[in-house]
Amino acid sequence: MTQIILDKQIANDEWTLVADDAPLSSNKEVINFSRWAAAEGADKDALVTKRDAGTLGIQLNAGDTADLLANESQGFALINVEFPKFADGRGYSAARLLRERFGYTGQLRAVGDVLFDQLFFMMRCGFNAMAMRADQDLDLAVKGFETFSAPYQADVNDTRPLFRRRS
Amino acid sequence: MYVYDDFDQRIINERVAQFQDQMNRYLDGKIPEEEFLPLRLQNGIYVQRYAPMLRIAVPYGMLNSQQLRKMAEIARDYDRGYAHFSTRQNLQYNWPKLEECPEILGKLAEVQMHAVQTSGNCIRNTTTDEYAGVIAEELVDPRPYCEIIRQWSTFHPEFAFLPRKFKIAVNSVEGADRAATRMHDVGIQIIRNDAGELGYRVYAGGGLGRTPILSSVVREFLPEEDLLTYLDAIIRVYNQFGRRDNKYKARIKILVKALGVERFSELVEAEWEHLKDGDGKLPSEELERIKSHFTEPDYLALEADPSTYTDALASDKAFARWVERNVRAHKKPGYAVATFALKQKGTAPGDVTDSQIFAFADLADKYSFGEARSTHQQNLVLADVEQAKLYALWQEAKALGLATPTLGLLTDMICCPGGDFCALANAKSLPIAEALQNEFDDLDYLHDLGDIDLNISGCMNACGHHHIGNIGILGVDKKGEEFYQVSLGGASGEDAAVGKILGPSFARNRMAEIIRTILDVYVDQRIDGESFIETFRRIGMDAFKAAVYPAKDSQAKA
Ligand code: HEM
Ligand code: SF4
Repeated sequence: MTQIILDKQIANDEWTLVADDAPLSSNKEVINFSRWAAAEGADKDALVTKRDAGTLGIQLNAGDTADLLANESQGFALINVEFPKFADGRGYSAARLLRERFGYTGQLRAVGDVLFDQLFFMMRCGFNAMAMRADQDLDLAVKGFETFSAPYQADVNDTRPLFRRRS
Repeated sequence: MYVYDDFDQRIINERVAQFQDQMNRYLDGKIPEEEFLPLRLQNGIYVQRYAPMLRIAVPYGMLNSQQLRKMAEIARDYDRGYAHFSTRQNLQYNWPKLEECPEILGKLAEVQMHAVQTSGNCIRNTTTDEYAGVIAEELVDPRPYCEIIRQWSTFHPEFAFLPRKFKIAVNSVEGADRAATRMHDVGIQIIRNDAGELGYRVYAGGGLGRTPILSSVVREFLPEEDLLTYLDAIIRVYNQFGRRDNKYKARIKILVKALGVERFSELVEAEWEHLKDGDGKLPSEELERIKSHFTEPDYLALEADPSTYTDALASDKAFARWVERNVRAHKKPGYAVATFALKQKGTAPGDVTDSQIFAFADLADKYSFGEARSTHQQNLVLADVEQAKLYALWQEAKALGLATPTLGLLTDMICCPGGDFCALANAKSLPIAEALQNEFDDLDYLHDLGDIDLNISGCMNACGHHHIGNIGILGVDKKGEEFYQVSLGGASGEDAAVGKILGPSFARNRMAEIIRTILDVYVDQRIDGESFIETFRRIGMDAFKAAVYPAKDSQAKA
């Protein structure tokens, strides 16, 4: 089973991403946002049922902004945010918006080109899970969360900027 | 000047440790080149034509003598005995060894300096007026706001991988803009509203580079305490919607243009609605805490224009000339602001040797409360000099080669490193600067020409700001040969404008002659006391064209 980082620990990945035209089972499965957005009628009902059963995750791909999902996000057990390239930083804004504005509390996972030196930023933006690129060293990675002990800005884990924490 | 507390120091120390670790993993082959690139860029390291270059942040241009000495030490011990002040008020080393960079950053951290986010697609060093805090015209001191922005932008978790680099400038003077505010991704103009409250007019979408654009107003008045939440809103909109498919279209200026400033502002305002009453709002204690670092030094109660000073002016013409060009009025009577041009003949604009930096640090201690500034025209400033001591200071600076009386004159050029150092260059730029310095070395002539900005870039990335030079020179590649295109009419400051191209480009060996022809037109046509740009605006391009491209050329072509 593939391994991921979950809450700063190495964990087994219980979820599978399914192709847009593949049928769904009762396992824990992730669909692309576009499939969710396009679904209508009975298809949509089936997805909602699966979601409410806690076995449907959704993936925001490059260019899908968090406001497309907005408060609908709250029902999912897992949201993936894709980083198509490590230098593409849109996912950081998506994560913060999901956590801070749209009240998402489930597993928020960074997927794609996820590398060691991004983990600290990702954690601060509200990701609690990272599916790292296959060549990354997970044992090393779990140490990547301690780089800065007291950063300047507010983040998802502490809404106070340093200027409200200084004294 | 801002002084780090334990928190600030820890953040910078942890950064050095982080980068040392990244460097070790890179040298061990554990991080491939492509992934190391953004990491080293965010620590100021470019790899250029011959060697890596290391760009050190000089936040809003402020330096103390201890920092200057550390910079000199590094130039001596890790570089080839010199360093380069850039047009972002930063300092650049041209020849450090890649593997020694973490060590250099460690030394800088000892004096509260760093290279954080001096490169890469992130929020860069915030710049402001080099005369901040010492001139009477400013509304308030802009530096506390720059420091607030520095802290907020340092390792901002959401904005480390923007579509493109992001530069912010702050200006606090109505009617003068030494920070080129409207050429920045975001420009902050500090103002008071009708009720007398302090705040900002916020601009976005300016920039140079391939597509020079002046920024537009996004918000007419933003209250003082809302600075950071509003910046968060602007950059969040940019981070989500700025283009990432083409790096030449990725700056915020393109987004603002594509959406139109009204739509862009709507998006920003809608985002800000959610943020403005949150914890990111600046409490008055924080504003006060930061401002308390920028209090006045212990000025003496002095009389203006003491006789020792006026006597020296009367008796020493060279000194008087330097004062006329390089010294400006201070808000306190009996004090003056002195600028030292780093534009010596035979060296690249902005270059200084380690011994010049060491000596300059001593001058700062002796004459200016131990503080100095760097400017975006690649010069150095001592901002708090007693008029009575200016003469002695000038003599010392002259001995160091730092007292050329040419501030704002033709030879006070801005010039990028160009093809001598930069891998992106179409053409060399330093030899043009040198040729012009040699051609125009008659001080009487230069002073007679008066204020004129001549800016040179080696390619359309415009590091040398050629678009906003009254005379701009751009290196272009013509079938593998280096040519130079001239533009006229650009300006920075309050009446900022982008220059227009004069016509077909020239070979390098003709540049001095062409510039001379252009200047002759001006000298010929100017009326009482007009500056170059004023004459240009009155008479237009045609007179210059006619002189530079005489009719027989065009007939020959036709
Ligand atoms: C030698 C290595 C250098 C390289 C490879 C380089 C590269 C670039 C590039 C690609 C741009 C265009 C960015 C864009 O418009 O998106 C740019 C802009 C700029 N660079 Fe450089 N640069 C170098 C050195 C310098 C130096 C030494 C200075 C200062 C003296 C400088 C100051 C600037 C400025 C002020 C801009 C314009 C920013 C704007 O568009 O608003 N650069 N540089
Ligand atoms: S303008 Fe071009 S040649 Fe000059 S430093 Fe910038 S990228 Fe290099």
